[in-house]
Amino acid sequence: MNSFLTIEGVSTDELSGLLDLADEFVDVLERPIPKVPALRGRTVAMLFFEPSTRTRMSFERAAKALSADTMSFSPSTSSLSKGESLKDTALTIKAMGADALVVRHKSTGAPWRIAEWTGLPVLNGGDGAHQHPTQALLDALTIRRHFGTLEGLRIAVVGDIRHSRVARSDVGAFTTLGASVTLVGPKTLLPVDLTGWPVEVAHSIDDVLDHDVVYLLRIQKERGGASVLPSLSEYVRRFGLTRERFDTLPERSVVMHPGPMNRGVEIAPEVADHSRSLVEPQVANGVAVRMAVLFRLLGGEATDV
Amino acid sequence: MSETLLKGGLVVGPKGTTAADVLIRDGEIADIGKDLRAGTVVDCTGALVGPGFVDVHVHLREPGQEWKEDIETGSRAAAAGGFTAVIAMPNTDPAIDSGALARYVIDRGSQVGLVDVMPAGAITLGREGTHLAHLDELWAAGVRLFSDDGDTVMDTGLLRMAMDYLADMGGIVAQHAEDRTLTRGAHMHEGVVSSRLGMRAMPALSEEGIIMRDLALVELTASRYHVQHVSTSGSVQLVADAKQRGLPVTAEVAPHHLAFDHREVERMDPAFKMYPPLRREEDVAAVREALRSGVIDLVGTDHAPHSLEEKDVPFEDAPRGVIGLETAAAVVNGLGLDPVDFFERMSVAPAKLAQFDRHGHWPETGRPANLVVFDPQAVWTPEHFASRSQNSPFRGRPLTGRVIATVHNGSLTFQTP
Repeated sequence: MNSFLTIEGVSTDELSGLLDLADEFVDVLERPIPKVPALRGRTVAMLFFEPSTRTRMSFERAAKALSADTMSFSPSTSSLSKGESLKDTALTIKAMGADALVVRHKSTGAPWRIAEWTGLPVLNGGDGAHQHPTQALLDALTIRRHFGTLEGLRIAVVGDIRHSRVARSDVGAFTTLGASVTLVGPKTLLPVDLTGWPVEVAHSIDDVLDHDVVYLLRIQKERGGASVLPSLSEYVRRFGLTRERFDTLPERSVVMHPGPMNRGVEIAPEVADHSRSLVEPQVANGVAVRMAVLFRLLGGEATDV
Repeated sequence: MSETLLKGGLVVGPKGTTAADVLIRDGEIADIGKDLRAGTVVDCTGALVGPGFVDVHVHLREPGQEWKEDIETGSRAAAAGGFTAVIAMPNTDPAIDSGALARYVIDRGSQVGLVDVMPAGAITLGREGTHLAHLDELWAAGVRLFSDDGDTVMDTGLLRMAMDYLADMGGIVAQHAEDRTLTRGAHMHEGVVSSRLGMRAMPALSEEGIIMRDLALVELTASRYHVQHVSTSGSVQLVADAKQRGLPVTAEVAPHHLAFDHREVERMDPAFKMYPPLRREEDVAAVREALRSGVIDLVGTDHAPHSLEEKDVPFEDAPRGVIGLETAAAVVNGLGLDPVDFFERMSVAPAKLAQFDRHGHWPETGRPANLVVFDPQAVWTPEHFASRSQNSPFRGRPLTGRVIATVHNGSLTFQTP
């Protein structure tokens, strides 16, 4: 593996292998001293050109648990605000000795460009509404750890699919691992042309309340998601996972959300905090899958685990 | 005076090609015949000798954006592409909306002297879409084509006024058809590729809806109307229907829309970003067929230079537009038109639209020597361009068909090295 940019084209075996490795790192993280020396002496730079709490901290935690050093960059206090180009920023950080870059950017494809410019391994931490492959891994890991497998599971992804890089990545990972996926949302929040997507489509959350996993997405106001809805209350009425709806789910069904959550909109507060909500395990597993990806990209030849 | 001999080529006329030499003297075609002799000889073996190409749609960026291109570098690119006359779009800084500005562009063009340069005039003042530009002054300066290119005249009342005004003079309203209410924040064609990439996109309707409205206005005003860079099968259908109804309508297509569809954007390379965007495979097939049949009258390159650093960014952050002057003929050559139709679309029809009296004539003794020598079999790979900018989607791709030489007003303005 050279860079990890997209979930598209990753095979079932490769995905399963990454999840197996992540499982091992889950164990590492549960040790009294949750740290291995695998990437000692390596430096991972975090280039987050878009706001992020969990992904950035999760990558930092993952890098540190592998004993790598980290460097961070924030656009508001950087030379970007003095007019420096994205290319020069990336090359500058490379020149400082970064071994790998984690990139988040509002523009589709930015991590690909940075990989071209720098020649470094790049981990896509989210580009536009396109891809967020480590999110897909952590979601798949969370489901696999809960159910044992994704094979044969029915997963509903509900909400702002059109503007969601999480949905685009999850659909790929879930279906590659054998689950079936139903996308649920008003037409204005679904991608315009779903030709070639291995999914079913439903237009009300009530159609998927028998699924094994109900995966909720937030309305992406910053990508224009709010302007394609008449009102949030209408959205809640048709697509919100209210307490009442949650109560009709089968006992074995679980609820997931990539965060940040808008409690009271796509998810009722008591649903978010319910024991059948996997939101917290998702966050914890995020560290383990990012360790797995960093290890695959940078590990191996340099040091032993 | 100097003499040039185009030797051993196939001279293209309205009925086909004839093997003959073309002798050029004092800016004119002095003789066409066998075994002619003269000072400077251009070997035209295996090549077509026809009227110099004419491009009614280029962006030369002067005044105001000379870091991308200027009239000199743009003229050099045009000559290298086999062109002898071009129309420069008025979306410069300032916009070409008055007689004085139009004369500046014309004068710079003649100072450079490689191709005839005529600006299109802005339809609205400053291309702001609110008041008519100084159409009478522009007309007096020689401007015949009017466009707010880069933007659409969205205000229907204002466009009607422009059409009424220009219909009187015989001017042509050329429209960049893009309904902005459907293209906000969009980077590419709306469809299966944009859905996968999660990119904001514009539907084909953003182009077709404007053309529909404009054609209704043409019926009302009897104005001459030219559709710039037609890119969808729906637009082709609208133009075909309008022509059937006898409306005074012409249409152009850009080379990149003949060559590529939206799947090219999957690699997210800004060299494939332009407006209108690359469309579906069936749209490419439709515009190709329309150019063959003549429903689309001519090729306009929409040569849109952007500097290296402006394009060396993520796709969504890149400015829209690609250069096209130096590769257009090769791309069109790839469609397999016969030589007469090829020169019809590349020279005769655009010269007629632009009302360039000295261009677009089949080679004949006594005509101004505005000619191109084009080898339809030569294979080459464009790597470096004469344009100041290098933002070509054809860079590094083998093309068939190459300009051997360009003659502008009797002078050799380009020869393949």
